[in-house]
Amino acid sequence: MTMRGLARTNDFVVKFANVNGSGSASANALFAKAILRMGVPVAARNIFPSNIQGMPTWYEVRIVEAGWRGRRGGVDLMVAMNPETWKADVTEIEPGGYLLYDATRPLAAGRARADVTAIGVPLTHLCQEAFADPRQRQLFKNIAYLGSLSHLLSIEAEVVESMLSEQYKGKAPLLDANRKAFRLGYDWSSEHLAPLGLRVERRDRVGDRIFVDGNSAAALGAVYGGATVCAWYPITPSTSLAEAFQRYCRKLRVDKATGRHRYAIVQAEDELASIGMVVGAGWNGARAFTATSGPGISLMQEFIGLAYFAEIPAVLFDVQRGSPSTGMPTKTQQADVLSAAYASHGDTKHPLLFPEDPTEAFEMGALAFDLADRLQTPVFVMLDLDIGMQDWLTEPFRWDDSRTLDRGKLMTAEELEAGRDFGRYLDVDGDGIPFRTVPGTHPRRGAYFTRGTSKDRYARYTEEGPAYVDNMQRLLRKFETAKSLVPGPVIETATQPARAAVVWYGSTGAPMAESLAVLADQGVHLDRMRIRAFPFADAIPEFIAAHDHVFVVEQNRDAQLRALLLNECGIAPDKLIPVLHYDGNPLTARHIESEIGEKARALGLVRGRPAVAAD
Amino acid sequence: MTFLAKPKIHHPSLPVNALGFTRRDYEGPVSTLCAGCGHDSISAAVIQAFFELAVPPHRVAKLSGIGCSSKTPTYFLGQSHGFNTVHGRMPSVLTGANLANRSLLYLGVSGDGDSASIGLGQFAHLMRRNVDMTYLVENNGVYGLTKGQFSATADKGSRSKRGAANDDEPIDLVMMALTLGASYVARGFSGDKDQLVPLIVGAVRHKGAALIDVVSPCVAFNNHPGSTKSYDYVRAHNEAVNRLDFMPERAPITTSQAPGETRDIVMHDGSTMRLKRLDAEYDPSDKVGAMAYLESHRARGVVVTGLLYVAENASDMHDALQTVDAPLNQLPDAELVPGSAALAGINASLR
Ligand SMILES: Cc1ncc(C[n+]2csc(CCOP(=O)(O)OP(=O)(O)O)c2C)c(N)n1
Ligand code: SF4
Ligand SMILES: [Mg+2]
Repeated sequence: MTMRGLARTNDFVVKFANVNGSGSASANALFAKAILRMGVPVAARNIFPSNIQGMPTWYEVRIVEAGWRGRRGGVDLMVAMNPETWKADVTEIEPGGYLLYDATRPLAAGRARADVTAIGVPLTHLCQEAFADPRQRQLFKNIAYLGSLSHLLSIEAEVVESMLSEQYKGKAPLLDANRKAFRLGYDWSSEHLAPLGLRVERRDRVGDRIFVDGNSAAALGAVYGGATVCAWYPITPSTSLAEAFQRYCRKLRVDKATGRHRYAIVQAEDELASIGMVVGAGWNGARAFTATSGPGISLMQEFIGLAYFAEIPAVLFDVQRGSPSTGMPTKTQQADVLSAAYASHGDTKHPLLFPEDPTEAFEMGALAFDLADRLQTPVFVMLDLDIGMQDWLTEPFRWDDSRTLDRGKLMTAEELEAGRDFGRYLDVDGDGIPFRTVPGTHPRRGAYFTRGTSKDRYARYTEEGPAYVDNMQRLLRKFETAKSLVPGPVIETATQPARAAVVWYGSTGAPMAESLAVLADQGVHLDRMRIRAFPFADAIPEFIAAHDHVFVVEQNRDAQLRALLLNECGIAPDKLIPVLHYDGNPLTARHIESEIGEKARALGLVRGRPAVAAD
Repeated sequence: MTFLAKPKIHHPSLPVNALGFTRRDYEGPVSTLCAGCGHDSISAAVIQAFFELAVPPHRVAKLSGIGCSSKTPTYFLGQSHGFNTVHGRMPSVLTGANLANRSLLYLGVSGDGDSASIGLGQFAHLMRRNVDMTYLVENNGVYGLTKGQFSATADKGSRSKRGAANDDEPIDLVMMALTLGASYVARGFSGDKDQLVPLIVGAVRHKGAALIDVVSPCVAFNNHPGSTKSYDYVRAHNEAVNRLDFMPERAPITTSQAPGETRDIVMHDGSTMRLKRLDAEYDPSDKVGAMAYLESHRARGVVVTGLLYVAENASDMHDALQTVDAPLNQLPDAELVPGSAALAGINASLR
């Protein structure tokens, strides 16, 4: 085929179409990491169905020197390794794009596209010749196409080879086999094919950033936050969080002398039991958490109310997925905001943290335990599948060694012995937070009965109306205190004075910077506020009050954060304009641009002549 | 600084235990249950058992679900922390509490509705996890607190106070606990304190999950002639397989019984539990035998009480999880937080 293909450097999208379970994941991850090692940022996403075997799975890598974090949309090079999805995969390629396929069998007429350059590499044939073991023949096809891509996209082969050496350090036979497979693809392609117009060129745009998924980051945060008890029940997309906690604990929390564990992980029989264990451990003074997703949160409702009312610290990582019901278990959404904020029966509300990426998942993963102890209440860390299960290029994890774990108002045996007044539900200093004791603290003082029924300030059972109201009002005061303890919003002003603003939270931030840059080019100037927690710090309603129109971008159908803002801050509904995306796929900058752009034009918010987009 | 339990000053004539505590130190506020409720007799047995065990009251954590039975922890061990959790979920909360601090003694109190109906799943999983605890089911075959509905332990054919017959098969928690791996399984009767107190003492001393299903008549809703959980029925149909006694640690073992009638069981804390066999055939170390015995007696309408099964040298959940000896809730920051150097290594591995 002689047509000229796309020519782009450090700005294109490669998509791998694989069969789930074929061993492609590690080769694809090596591909993304090799580009990072060359100093060029990537934004990568797995797209996978919920079945394990024989089903399609895709990995999309956006090579983006500008450092944008969202999906771009469209594909410039498709690595088509799954015959089942061939047709749709080929259709997705941009005009002038490329198609890499296994040329062991000739491509039948009409299977490719006239406006796409098809590149055949006899991967199966090469591996059949080189490897005897049938399992290896299958597995090393992936490494072989990595070799081909290295040549075709001008990815430095030494970079990939040194990564292989790191990965298989001390496992010489494996390393040799991998190297051989890589060379198989690389050498064959160098001999038979010219490099493409899509090129990776070395830059220095990655810095000390790391490439990691949010579930691992949050789990590591839990380790640093001092969590010792994890009770969970498997559910996508949260499972890898509990598994990562186990992995990190094995590394970081084993007593060297005895081999014994400074942690306990229990796979419970269901989510009712997992939250029950967390509540029991929290009541008893250990830092405990569960990891779950929407359906699990639904099952935990009764216990969440108990923990709220009895004031027991607990941390819940909610890795949100497509809902309601089983919904789209392998797709992303931000659809548990309301059900988490007001979880359980009766008048309840709970602090929520909204990390925007794995770095914040780590920070908030640790912080949540301090907040839960300080506020003596369940705290939710609201991740989603996009943050939790995707690898992100993100700032490295940092820890200040002078930091100590904040255990909150815990009355000690010494204080009790000294005769300090202990009322479990007594507000001693106006912040609404009482002191607590843990069981076994003191022989005669500080024991009390924890219950879900109403009680007075000294934890004595009562159904007296005034005592009940007194307690409920104190709980509100405590929630007021939480406003100043949770992370505040991140506010940025537009380069030009703006009457309108945009608000978002969590993974919605990924494409936001890119879309705002494009909107500014079109004359739409917006101030920005990223909300990081509920309850809303005072700065949040103040920011909204300072603007005429505020777009609230989120990934659910019912504009849940908007509803929470309206309900909690008494804002006029017209002012908050929903911008929604909830088909389960990660949000693209293109989508936000067009949605906000259109609404902004209708509202007359376009200022001056649209600037001419640079290059 | 450590704090040793110092008993309050009491009337010198009150008997004291090895720690100097009187029975009163193990009591709680006055019960608000119906006069004559079997549950109150069980509370009295708990008080007596802990007095005899001579443990500092504040080293006990008592947890329960919801129900009249689950209210009873208010009425004993007033100096212990207590937790009325939610209906049927005491097992998970207690499991979590035990994970957090393995150095306390855990007493779980539940009802037949709480454990055999809404909480059957959690009951089962606690037993199979072998959480180190004493699990008391105050079993009246009825929902007392919600006024007399059948529970899942009501015998088939038994009649409610209003005359309705129960057509469903009963769940026998003792049989379930046996199949699920509980390492101490007993049945008691609230009306037989002499038998119940040592059963509780043995359960507390035992390492691992110890279940005592205590038949406990509800005078308000299930003590009429049609009921198989009434005082009269149980008294008329009870067959005790053994009686327990306790030998304090290192006390000389003297035996007055004829050989073949007693059996000594060494507990993990070194003390000895002495079983007086009432039925010479009965061997509490034979799980399969226990099941067959229970089943054949049940078929004849006989309620078997006593220590039905005990595994010596049992292990518990912490052994399986390989947790450190120190309670997890007391580990200092330095043992929990790996610090910035370890983090730098992790960052490096992610580039
Ligand atoms: C989720 C929930 N459902 C229902 C109830 C109402 N309820 C309270 S106690 C009880 C039954 C208790 O029966 P049991 O455990 O046998 O205790 P008893 O009162 O007989 O001692 C029920 C259904 C509740 N508290 N919570
Ligand atoms: S209703 Fe039954 S179980 Fe409840 S207190 Fe009265 S007698 Fe006891
Ligand atoms: Mg009952």
